[in-house]
Amino acid sequence: MDDLYRDHILDHYKRPRNFGELEPHDLERAEHNPLCGDELGVHIRVADGRIEDLRFYGHGCAISQAAASIASEELKGMELTEAATLDADWMLDLLGIPISATRRKCALLGLKVVRGAVSGDSSWPEQSR
Amino acid sequence: MPQAVSGLAPAGASLAVRQDFPILGRRLGGKPLIYLDSAATSQKPNAVIDAVADYMRHHNANVHRGVYPLAAESDAAYEGARTRIAAFTGSQAPQWTTVFTRNVTEAINLVAASWGRANIGPGDAVLITEMEHHANVVPWQMLCTERGAELRYLAIDEHGQLSLEALQDELDRGDVKLVSFTHVSNVLGTINPVADITQRIRTAGAISFVDGAQAVPHMPVDVATLGADFYGWTGHKAVGPTGIGVLHGRTDVMEAMQPFMTGGDMIASVDLFSATWNELPYKFEAGTPAIAEAVGLGAAVDYLSAVGMERVRDHERALTGYMLTRLAEIPGLTVVGPQDAGARSGLAAFTIDGMHPHDIAELAGRAGVCIRAGHHCAQPLMRRLGLAATARASVGIYTEAWEIDALIDALVAGRAVFED
Repeated sequence: MDDLYRDHILDHYKRPRNFGELEPHDLERAEHNPLCGDELGVHIRVADGRIEDLRFYGHGCAISQAAASIASEELKGMELTEAATLDADWMLDLLGIPISATRRKCALLGLKVVRGAVSGDSSWPEQSR
Repeated sequence: MPQAVSGLAPAGASLAVRQDFPILGRRLGGKPLIYLDSAATSQKPNAVIDAVADYMRHHNANVHRGVYPLAAESDAAYEGARTRIAAFTGSQAPQWTTVFTRNVTEAINLVAASWGRANIGPGDAVLITEMEHHANVVPWQMLCTERGAELRYLAIDEHGQLSLEALQDELDRGDVKLVSFTHVSNVLGTINPVADITQRIRTAGAISFVDGAQAVPHMPVDVATLGADFYGWTGHKAVGPTGIGVLHGRTDVMEAMQPFMTGGDMIASVDLFSATWNELPYKFEAGTPAIAEAVGLGAAVDYLSAVGMERVRDHERALTGYMLTRLAEIPGLTVVGPQDAGARSGLAAFTIDGMHPHDIAELAGRAGVCIRAGHHCAQPLMRRLGLAATARASVGIYTEAWEIDALIDALVAGRAVFED
């Protein structure tokens, strides 16, 4: 078993959750992975200060697509204020696989576009530990 | 080290130079290093490593201003490298001027700024092609925006090749002042018919710039025969150091040009409010140059000459044919660019259905096989091809057929990971 391409990663890559367009939506953001030019975007529908529903769209590698898919399941129902403060540790813990420096941006792109949509923050998520 | 070469491997599948490249003796994670990313940068032979170290150990002094013997040694090393490099590419003085730059990017920026600003204006056009590296796109975008000129693109056909008829149509419009194009595409592998293209450009009264980054390391290049007005290439892809590139230019064109960067070494005299320029090539070499790197590049062209560029091309063409044949064995794999190894240089960019190129490269890397994935700094071309990214394997002077076999094994194993 490959330590990076574990079954759950490949499952989310081949059958991504919450992918497509969401109409109507209240928030959106799309960005490119500077490493490869892949584009990932998100549509978010908001109700009572929470993420009522969301969809990721675009294309990318197994790591970026699986990370967005896994994150989408956790983000549904989350308060916007909490989503705005999610850091890299949150995403990497959810992925549960060792991410090398060269693939870090692949893993964090999904969270980056969500934070951008929610708070306008255009920085890369930081690691706190 | 080399395993038994597959029965399919081409005859003469090695130039027997691997022992000259110390890094190729490394093992990573217990596996031999299989380096198939020479289009990004080449590995370095001992001859180059030793030349740089020897210069720093025994001959280091600044160039062009010292009168003591050590400075004379440094001058001789630096200018000797320039002379040998010019001879290597058939661009000898006095008809040709050879300027050291950092890389091709700087060579293109030099021509865009110095020749372009003085000669391109409203109503003029600059013509480039759909297969250019960003380095041969963005400087012309900047120039045309600044000067109110039009930037136009020569299209590629379905085989990833340029059409001479389409070029002629563009030139016949009468407004094209400069055409800049790559000798060899870093994605398609296409070898462009440079002499045929420059002949039409010259007849139309326009100036040509040829990006030789992917050509000089892999085949004989004679700038005078190719007929370009400017020809740029970079050292680090041609078994030389990073930080050193070359711009060959027609001396009569370069004489009329203003400097690119200004400062020390490029002046004849400086008054309080004005200056006059040094002669060629020094007019275009402001500040202390990359002396050790130039010496290293001199050693690199000596090394390549000793192996023989005709042999390098023959070897790489055979390897490329073998690589294309073996890649075709993998279901769902598509190679971009010309399918005929004779029409392309030693690289293959490809996609595999159901796998992102990053994942292809990651899994190959775990098997010790170094290949690249991404847009290869050619996003306009990738969009033209309808792709976001590709994986790319590229060979060099030291590549052997068993490494192609290892690539294929790694791709087959990687594909298995992604199969349902």
